[in-house]
Amino acid sequence: MPSQEIDIRYVAKLARIALTDEEVEVFGRQLGDLLGHVEALSELDTASIAATAQVVESRNVEREDVVSGCLERERVLEMAPQAQGVYFRVPRIIAEET
Amino acid sequence: MRPVIEQSAAELARAVGAKEISARDVIEATLAQIDAVDGSVGAYITSLHEMARASALAVDRRIAAGEKMRLAGVPVAVKDNMCLAGTRTTCGSKILGDWIAPYTATAVQRIIEAGGIPVGKSNLDEFAMGSSCENSARGITRNPLALDRVPGGSSGGSAAAVASRQAVVGLGSDTGGSIREPAAFCGVTGFKPTYGRVSRYGLIAFASSLDQIGPLARTVEDAALIYEVMAGHDGMDSTSIDRDVEPAVTAMRSDLRGLRIGIVKEFDTGKLGHEIDALYKRAFADLRKLGADLVDVSLPTAEFGLATYYLIAPAECSSNLARFDGVRYGLRVDGADVGEMYERTRAAGFGPEVKRRILIGTYALSSGYYDAYYVKAQKVRTLIARDFQRAFEECDLIACPAASSPAFGFNAKSDPYSMYLMDYYTIPMSLAGLPALSVPCGSVTGEGAHEPLPMGLQLCGPLFSECALLGAAHAYEQASQHAKEYKLAI
Amino acid sequence: MTQWESVIGIECHVELKTNSKMFCACPNEFGGEPNTKVCPVCLALPGALPVANKIAIEHMIRAGLAFGAEIPEFSKFDRKNYFYPDMPKDYQISQYAMPLTQGGAVRYWLADGSMKECRLTRIHLEEDTGKSLHAGTTGRIAGSSHSLIDFNRAGVPLMECVSEPELHSADEAIGYLEALKRTFVQLGISDVKMEEGSLRCDANVSIRPAASTELGTKAEIKNMNSFRSVHRAIESEIARQIEIVQSGGRVVQETRGWDEGAGRTHTMRSKEQTHDYRYFPDPDLVPVEVDRELVESIRTALPELPHERFARYRGHLKLTPAQATQLIEDAALGDYFDACVSASGHAQQSANFVLGDLARLANENRMALYDSPVRPEHVGELVRMVESKTINSKIAKDLIARMWAGDGSPAAIVEREGLAQSSDVGTIDPFIDEVLRANEKSVMDFRAGKTNVLGFLVGQVMKASAGKANPRIVQERMREKLG
Ligand SMILES: [Mg+2]
Ligand SMILES: [Zn+2]
Repeated sequence: MPSQEIDIRYVAKLARIALTDEEVEVFGRQLGDLLGHVEALSELDTASIAATAQVVESRNVEREDVVSGCLERERVLEMAPQAQGVYFRVPRIIAEET
Repeated sequence: MRPVIEQSAAELARAVGAKEISARDVIEATLAQIDAVDGSVGAYITSLHEMARASALAVDRRIAAGEKMRLAGVPVAVKDNMCLAGTRTTCGSKILGDWIAPYTATAVQRIIEAGGIPVGKSNLDEFAMGSSCENSARGITRNPLALDRVPGGSSGGSAAAVASRQAVVGLGSDTGGSIREPAAFCGVTGFKPTYGRVSRYGLIAFASSLDQIGPLARTVEDAALIYEVMAGHDGMDSTSIDRDVEPAVTAMRSDLRGLRIGIVKEFDTGKLGHEIDALYKRAFADLRKLGADLVDVSLPTAEFGLATYYLIAPAECSSNLARFDGVRYGLRVDGADVGEMYERTRAAGFGPEVKRRILIGTYALSSGYYDAYYVKAQKVRTLIARDFQRAFEECDLIACPAASSPAFGFNAKSDPYSMYLMDYYTIPMSLAGLPALSVPCGSVTGEGAHEPLPMGLQLCGPLFSECALLGAAHAYEQASQHAKEYKLAI
Repeated sequence: MTQWESVIGIECHVELKTNSKMFCACPNEFGGEPNTKVCPVCLALPGALPVANKIAIEHMIRAGLAFGAEIPEFSKFDRKNYFYPDMPKDYQISQYAMPLTQGGAVRYWLADGSMKECRLTRIHLEEDTGKSLHAGTTGRIAGSSHSLIDFNRAGVPLMECVSEPELHSADEAIGYLEALKRTFVQLGISDVKMEEGSLRCDANVSIRPAASTELGTKAEIKNMNSFRSVHRAIESEIARQIEIVQSGGRVVQETRGWDEGAGRTHTMRSKEQTHDYRYFPDPDLVPVEVDRELVESIRTALPELPHERFARYRGHLKLTPAQATQLIEDAALGDYFDACVSASGHAQQSANFVLGDLARLANENRMALYDSPVRPEHVGELVRMVESKTINSKIAKDLIARMWAGDGSPAAIVEREGLAQSSDVGTIDPFIDEVLRANEKSVMDFRAGKTNVLGFLVGQVMKASAGKANPRIVQERMREKLG
């Protein structure tokens, strides 16, 4: 198991959560503690073990390609923290991310 | 006739169906109880008085029209991480603001179609992350049996509502023990079905591969009834199981003859102190008295459940909770650009436990750590599931504690890991997707407690063994009658 | 001086043609009133869950088989995590570890008719995002004051086609893209309209010394919104990189945007800002176990693919690359042409009519040829009459106009109206004599050596015979008489 110092600011950036200096300190320590407990997993030899992503093994759950109703726009935009006309409005986007 | 609020769902539905009492009267009695006690309990984030009255009238009309409904007029507490169209749904978080769900969760819809009436949206640890209901941004819930103690979590609101007669039954969700632990703390029955049995559509996700909706009730029979109504395939949830639901209500039994019940070697109750140890020893002995064969089984990797869970659940939650971004609904804290808006919104909207788990999960999935943490945990998950499979070759059901202690006081678990330890006995079953329940098994005197505090016996079975499990729990419940020992503190 | 070779790989996002979106039942349609084609699932409302569209999965298998890709037994969906305001869940459901198709190759051709091949890395299935309008300035993201979002497109099924870096010029890149486009249209799995955003592509461009086999540092070019701009952008980027390297500099790995107006690429973001997408299997979806019978039934039902048709037209039918390309561009026109060929037995003459007079009429009437009253059997008759010299080209032209007007079988018209061409000297000679008598000056000119008046004289005979005289015989007899 990796035991590097956690770059909590980098992780928070990925998770898009602004942290105060105090939170950086507290969460950093708590994450370190938790990962310390998690260290125990390295005792187990899992080299030949398959990963379980889902416990119940279903396959091929698919929808027929059929259209049904949408939400009304009025109700959709009512939810928006900020709407403008028929659109959701957000502050400026700094960089293209896709 | 006993007071309306003391009756079981089965009794009420029958009486309402037979027009011995109207759904309206049932709901009025329940709303009166809510008005009388919820100020001191705090089970509900949002009460639904008007909607419940309207629904009661609708149920009475359906009865008058000759419709048969399995839950006619039954007041239901709905955990506030389930969508109910037209009601505020908060997940116990600030980040949803006053968001009104425009659609209804499948499980809730089935309850309503069966005549059940939601009377309130119940409190929970924010996004179902916690074991005490202290992590809710919408206030705390008190344990109705000991107001200075937590009701457990995360479905603490539903557990407290059911225990304090503010609903006949409650809906909870269980990811690592969130139905079973509060059921134990509040002295009621809490049942987590096999993963995929009840649709998750409309349940606000915490950890998708673990989340499962289930009932909290004052009797095992009521839990079985609610389960039966909610369970079954739903085309809106890809992980919902397409398999017949065997009738659970008719599977109730009065003894345990012919059943092999496994006692887990690694779950040595001796570690829990003399009083608790004695309680569980007595409970196991009662199972034997009812005719069960007790056999020793081993779950050698169960002790790794906690570590496994605290990688998998946060990893999934870090992704599931990304959508709370201030763009489409809920809270927004503005910023100079979108990135700043995201960071401020999520900083202000999520509480510390949610942030902690998002950070753990983000880290466990991040480049360079994915295999060492996330994949490793998924592999250990395989080992844990295999342990159960092996154990179930030697027994039909497993019996163990639902929690390692009774309800604790507020702020008693300030260190996150000590809170995580509360789920020690419930997490392995969640990881394996197994059905499990907690049924009252007596009480102990907790630290500084004025009154004896309830404890829960956990029973768990193989995948899809709901009927066997509920049937056995009923036999134990009827023989032991522990729920009668519990006294409300309100 | 060093010769440089450019190395190009292309990543395309192509929207699949389905009735409903990838994971919900909202309609998959272009345009429409903003934010009206949304539901709890594609808006990522709390608690909503995805369920995969069966037809989208079948379309992927179709695409894979068309390119000879391997369709694995097992495939699954992963989450690609990153925040972006037009992506509702703030993760995209995509396929990372186990895509629905792997490998295969796109066979394409260049203007000179040469066939080429570019291998595919993979094609995977994912969902589209919504659309952001950048307000406050020019509609570009840079300098905008805020953005407005329409989620109608969010959740539309999308296939991402990733090529190996095996293209070596802008022309090859376009050849590759056109082959992709034609194939998808032919398979009926996408409309592939760049202007509607149903095809979007990025190009990874690098250069290396011609002899080298190592890859140079690449730049990823984005924001190209037509095949023409892809061509221009690649050429401009290759020139830019060569200039940098020749003046002793180094190309940096970065994402560059194409500026259509300025005709050059510009830096968008550099390598340091790369993302940590935290891919993991989507626990809300279950794996796909690809049914082998389904694969075989799709394989059996595959139509003739554009590159196969091209090979047939070029090889057996001996069409020119331009003719072949034109007929393949519109598969229905190609089918029409094929029917003409089987009716006529003459490929080149059929191509001449279909792509010549008939195409012109279709164009003038803004109607597809195959929707016109001209049936392939009619074209077949016409070609056969021309080839057997039953009619001459002038009559043929007239017949085409009448076929277009709905007069039906050209053979019937010729029969009815006695339009068949005459090669009988006894019939033709009187016309020739008449013309020679009436054009004494031309006769003298011819005899004085101005042989080019022959054409004029022959034309006069044709006119006099109402086009029915066989022009070859007229010419022969005329020469003899002018002697
Ligand atoms: Mg992509
Ligand atoms: Zn939708």
